[in-house]
Amino acid sequence: MARKLNLRIWRGDATDGGLKDVQVDVNEGEVVLDVIHRVQATQMGDLAVRWNCKAGKCGSCSMEINGKPRLACMTQVASFDENETITVTPLRAFPVIKDLVTDVSFNYKKAMEIPAYEPPKDLAPGEARMQQVDVERSQEFRKCIECFLCQDTCHVIRDHEENKPSFAGPRFFIRIAELDMHPLDMLKNRKRTAQEEHGLGMCNITKCCTEVCPEHIKITDNAIIPMKERVVDIKYDPARMFAGLLKREKRN
Amino acid sequence: MTAKESTLQREKYDVLIIGAGGAGLRAAVEAREAGLSVAIICKSLFGKAHTVMAEGGAAASMGNVNDKDNWMVHFRDTMRGGKFLNHYRMAELHAKEAPDRIWELEMWGALFDRTQAGKISQRNFGGHEYPRLAHVGDRTGLEIIRTMQQKIVQLQQKDGREFGDMEAKIKVFAECTITEILKENGKIAGAYGYWRESGEEVLFEAPAVVIATGGVGKTFKITSNSWEGTGDGHALALKAGANLVDMEFLQFHPTGMVWPPSVRGILVTESVRGEGGILTNSLGERFMFKYIPDVFKDKYADNEEEADRWYLDQDNNRRPPELLPRDEVARAINSEVKAGRGTEHGGVFLDVSKRIPAEVIKKRLPSMWHQFYELAGVDITKEAMEVGPTCHYVMGGVEVEPDTAAAIGVPGLFAAGEVAGGMHGSNRLGGNSLTDLLVFGRRAGEGAVNYVKSAGANPVSDASIKAAADRIEAPFSRAGGENSYALHAELQEVTHNLVGIIRTRTEIEEAVIKIADIRARSKNVAVSGGRLFNPGFHLAFDLDNMLLVAESTAKSALLREESRGGHTRDDFPGMNMKWRQMNNIASFDGNQVNIKAQPLPVLPKELFDLFDVHELEKYMTPEEIAKGGSN
Repeated sequence: MARKLNLRIWRGDATDGGLKDVQVDVNEGEVVLDVIHRVQATQMGDLAVRWNCKAGKCGSCSMEINGKPRLACMTQVASFDENETITVTPLRAFPVIKDLVTDVSFNYKKAMEIPAYEPPKDLAPGEARMQQVDVERSQEFRKCIECFLCQDTCHVIRDHEENKPSFAGPRFFIRIAELDMHPLDMLKNRKRTAQEEHGLGMCNITKCCTEVCPEHIKITDNAIIPMKERVVDIKYDPARMFAGLLKREKRN
Repeated sequence: MTAKESTLQREKYDVLIIGAGGAGLRAAVEAREAGLSVAIICKSLFGKAHTVMAEGGAAASMGNVNDKDNWMVHFRDTMRGGKFLNHYRMAELHAKEAPDRIWELEMWGALFDRTQAGKISQRNFGGHEYPRLAHVGDRTGLEIIRTMQQKIVQLQQKDGREFGDMEAKIKVFAECTITEILKENGKIAGAYGYWRESGEEVLFEAPAVVIATGGVGKTFKITSNSWEGTGDGHALALKAGANLVDMEFLQFHPTGMVWPPSVRGILVTESVRGEGGILTNSLGERFMFKYIPDVFKDKYADNEEEADRWYLDQDNNRRPPELLPRDEVARAINSEVKAGRGTEHGGVFLDVSKRIPAEVIKKRLPSMWHQFYELAGVDITKEAMEVGPTCHYVMGGVEVEPDTAAAIGVPGLFAAGEVAGGMHGSNRLGGNSLTDLLVFGRRAGEGAVNYVKSAGANPVSDASIKAAADRIEAPFSRAGGENSYALHAELQEVTHNLVGIIRTRTEIEEAVIKIADIRARSKNVAVSGGRLFNPGFHLAFDLDNMLLVAESTAKSALLREESRGGHTRDDFPGMNMKWRQMNNIASFDGNQVNIKAQPLPVLPKELFDLFDVHELEKYMTPEEIAKGGSN
C-alpha cells in the first residue's frame, strides 16, 4: 500500500542551509509529520523537528508546507497531488536554529509583556458567578494552542525584523482581548495599552492570521477589529476630547 | 578544573522543578509564593506539556450540579476505581483539597464552563457517582496549563517591579533535558542536563528537586502520550535511590483512535461516553452490558432502558455500563475484538451521532469533531467512531510521603503528578489526574519549601559533574553502534506484545529477557551528526529511561499473580485479597531493577467506616474486615 513520496526538506542552521530532496515511503492516512519522522528514523537521524502531541492540540510542529504556515501533524499527505513534491521549510518569521526548528523566544518575551489577569480584590474562591454566554467570548481566544502560525504569517513582522520590538502580534492581541472581555478582570485600559504599547495600530486587518489559525479562532473579526473600534471610540470621542481639554486648561 | 568545567553553565536556585506540566507549574507557584527562587525545566517549549492533552475535565466534589456530592463520595469512588490498592492518605487528601484547587484556578483567571446558576459546571465521567468534572469543552488540560503559565507570568511581572528583572526569582528553562539528579552526602544537590537546542551542558545547583515529569506511554507502541512520555522522572528517581511503587499498573484508555494507522492511539475523550456515546460491536450489539463485574452490579444498569433513563434521572436509575472504570471498558473492548466482533480495523464503534444533536456535539466535543474530521475523514455528528485501547497513563510511580510528596529514601527529592505512585491504586478514574496534579503539585512545592528552609545549600562536587558530563559525551565517541530509533521501536514491540493489556507468565518472562538484551545493546548507541538540536542524540537518553521503566513494569507484573485494575494476568484471572494488601516496590542497584512486595498502609478506622462493609467484603479478607481498619 506504501507509495514513494518526493519530499524536499530545508536543512541547515543559522549560518547556512538549503533544500534537500529525499524519497520516502508514505502510507494511507499519513500526515506530513509521519513522513518527516520516517526520514528521521531511516535516513537522517539528526533531522531537527519539533513536535509533541501529534493531534493538533499542542501547536509544536509548526512549519511551512509548500510555503504555507501549517501544523505538520494536521496536514494530510493525501491533500496534495500524488506526483507533487512536498516542500517543508522552517517558519520564516523566526531565526532558524536547525532544519525545521526556529527560535520562537520572541513570543515568550511578548507573553511576559502583556499585563497579567487582575482578580477582583474582595471575591472569595468559589464565589465567582458568571454566565456561560459571558465566558464564551474569552473562551474562544483561550482555545489558542500557541502554534505561532499567526505570528509567522503576519506581514508586519514576517519580513520586518525592525517592527518586532513594538509589535506583539495576533497571538497576543487575542490574549489582550481575552483579558479585556474576561468577566472578572479588573485591570483598566487594556485596549489603550494594546494600541500604545503593543502595536495594535500597526495591524491593517488583512486577516492572514485568521486564515492560518488551526483552531479557527476569528482573530481579526472577534478580537482585533472590536479592540480597534473601541480604541477609536475612546481616542476620538468628542465628549472625552472636550473633557481632556478642560483638564489641561485647569492644570495650566 | 578542566576547561570544560570552567565554561560549564551553572544555575543556582532554591528549588529546581523538572517538568512544566500541571504538577510542576503548581509546585513552582507554591515555592515562589513562599519566597524561594525557582527554576522550571521544560523538556519542550513552555506550555506544550502533556497536560494540554487532557480533555474531559478535573474531578472535584464541588457539588455544583448535584449537591449530594462531597469529599467522602469522591474518596469512595477513587478507592473503588483503584480496587482498594490506593494509598488511602493520598486519595483522602486529593478528595478533600480538589475543590479548593479548582476555585483557586478560577481566581487566577481560568474560565470553566458554567451552570445555569453561573457556577462551574460539572460533567459525568466513568466511575464518578455524581457529575464531578469541571471542564472547558473538551480542552480542560489546555485551560489549566494556560492558566498556570499565565500565573507564572504574573509572578514574574511582580518580581520585575520589585527586583527590576522579571526572571530574578522564577525562570523557565525551555527545551532542556535532565540526565542525572545529583546527590552529595546522601542528599539532593542539583541536577545535570543538556539544552536540546544547542546540545551544550548545564548544571543546576539546588537543595530541593521536584520531579513532575509525567508518564511513560512512549515505552509502548500504541499510546496517547506525546514523545515526552519517556519515563524520565521515574528513571531519574530510581537512579537517585528512590523507589517506584506498583509499576505493573498501566492504564489502557478504552478509546483511542484506530484508523488510519498514523493516528492509532490518539485519545478519544471519555466525555464522548459521559455525554451519551455508546459502544457497539460489529453485530450492532451494545456489548458493555455483558461486562459488568460483580463488584459493580448494584451501581450499573443491566438493560438499555434504564441506562438511557439515567441521563435524565440519575437519582432513580443506575449508570450506563459504558461509564464503568476505564480498566473494565478497555478489557471488554479487547475481548470483543478477540472474539471476532471487532470492526474492520480492529476496534469497536463509539457513537454519539444518534444520541445527541449535531450542534450539541460540536459545542460539547469540539476538538473530537475536529480531530476525526481532519485526521480520519469521519464526521462524528453523522457516523460512528472506531476506537480501541491505547496506553494512556501509569498508575505506578515514585513512592512518596502523601502529605509532603517527599520521595521516600532521598532527602530533598519530591515527586508529584503522574510520576508519583500510590494515589490511584491499580486504576485511575478519569478526571482524577488533573486534580491530582494540582493537589500534589501544591503539596510538593510546600514540601520543598519546608525542606530547603531547614536543610540549606548542598554544593555539587567536581566528581559528580565529571561523571554526568562523561555520560553525555559517550554516544558521540562511538562509531557504527546501535541506532536509537531502531532500539526504541524494538522495545515498543516487546512491551506491546508481551506486557500489554493482557499478560501471562511465559510472555512476561520473555519480555524481561528481551528488555535486558535491548538494554545491553543500548550501551552501544552511536549518534550521527553534531550536538545542535539532534533528535537522535536526544532519543539515546530517553531510551535509557524507557528501558528502566519497562524493566520495572515487566518485573512487577511477573511478581503480581492476580488481575486488578491496569494489570490483567490471563493465568491469574481474578483479584486476590492477599495481593490487595501488597505494593510492589522497585529499586535500582546500579545494575538492574529489583522488586519486593511490601505491605500496603492499612485504611484507618474513620475512612474504613465510610464504606458499607458488604462492599469491603468484596475486596478484603475476613480478618481485615474484623479488624475494621487501623486506629
